[in-house]
Amino acid sequence: MKVYVTDLKGVEHPVEPILKWTLMEIIRDADLPIKAECGGSCACATCHVYVDPEWLAKLPAQEGEERDTLDGGFDVQPNSRLACQIVFTPELNGLKVTLSKDAAG
Amino acid sequence: MDSVTPLASVTDMSSDAISTDVIIVGAGPVGLFAVFELGLNDMKAHLVDILDKPGGQCAELYPEKPIYDIPGLPIVTGQELVDKLMEQIKPFHPVFHLSQMAESLTKLPDGKWRLTTDAGTILEAPVLVIAAGGGSFVPKKPPIKGIEEYEAKSVFYSVRRMETFRDREIVIAGGGDSALDWTLNLAPLARKLTLVHRRDEFRAAPDSVNKMRELVAAKKVDLHIAQIAHLNGSGGQIESITLKPDAGDTFNISCDALLPFYGLTMKLGPVANFGINLHQNLIPVDTEKFESDVKTIFAIGDINSYPGKLKLILSGFHEAALMAQQAFRYVHPDRKLRFQYTTSSSDLQHKLGVQ
Repeated sequence: MKVYVTDLKGVEHPVEPILKWTLMEIIRDADLPIKAECGGSCACATCHVYVDPEWLAKLPAQEGEERDTLDGGFDVQPNSRLACQIVFTPELNGLKVTLSKDAAG
Repeated sequence: MDSVTPLASVTDMSSDAISTDVIIVGAGPVGLFAVFELGLNDMKAHLVDILDKPGGQCAELYPEKPIYDIPGLPIVTGQELVDKLMEQIKPFHPVFHLSQMAESLTKLPDGKWRLTTDAGTILEAPVLVIAAGGGSFVPKKPPIKGIEEYEAKSVFYSVRRMETFRDREIVIAGGGDSALDWTLNLAPLARKLTLVHRRDEFRAAPDSVNKMRELVAAKKVDLHIAQIAHLNGSGGQIESITLKPDAGDTFNISCDALLPFYGLTMKLGPVANFGINLHQNLIPVDTEKFESDVKTIFAIGDINSYPGKLKLILSGFHEAALMAQQAFRYVHPDRKLRFQYTTSSSDLQHKLGVQ
């Protein structure tokens, strides 16, 4: 299985995902730049990613808390998500996301 | 439980140096517990923290969130843990220097450290403990091209004096408590005040949101649901801001001051210039004393690194206990370190004020 993570330079990195890990942890484990300074407690918006529009509907629904926390992000788009709130399941094989400036810190 | 206020707080600009046994940079859970371990071993501590309250990330990032891995506390919220630690260290009368950043460090001829904060507080002690976690909490800076040019001239991340903003055309950006509080406070002074937020929903206190809505309805505050795309101006003076709504075209609003309130982020800050060896913004330490490469400077909690390090509060507590053993040897070189249990030692119980 793979997820595809595009960095701020536009380079796409294929990453081997780990089942039941969050997307933030998967990206961090792959040594890609994701600040995630609150450690995954949905409190900081520094794991902000843009999800490929094709994949948006397949993701777990966004909770109110995540929407609130995204207020601390910049250039928030309709496809903005916090990677710490997306748990990887087999249905997400092939998921494509792009890192935000917030994640770069 | 009720919140425990700091026992003493020093915020004046006194140029007189304060002498103590140990200076702790960072008043998060690990810095607070260090007060306890130092106190049991007869060392007094002063703490410096950039936040206006003790507790660090527990108090600032997740006060309401549950923590499940504190030994003996099956569930405790961030703020409850801070309150309990404050209660636990009360017998040792720690002194807090809050809303201040540890700015510079010099070594005195007698071997003591002199730490100066950005508020002018000067602390002197034979031992320095860095318990600064992920660094200092500082305002998030919007990644808008060229924003640095305007900073401190017409873009401000905090309000030091409200009068600075009298009769100005202000834009406040954000949807949290800081954005709403300053909207309510500055609206009466401003020539014009515009609040910009990315969505028509605000996570600030409901009472503030209601008051803001009333000001908007009374046309005393403008509200735009949009995000900031560009800053326009010259020589550091902002003249207008280009806003981008979710749907529709971008548009400009005139202004001469911008206050972005997007929350806080952590930056290592001046600690990086203290002359301590750093590796990837962390302070390498030994695992016997948790001392840095500079003798008498220790690092405990999330800011240190060593083989096997886990960034857990409980690890920080252990590190604080071991640090205090070596700190004792520096602070009381003529005394023999005595290992005792709080359960059985009348000496320790006396220090703790047990009746």
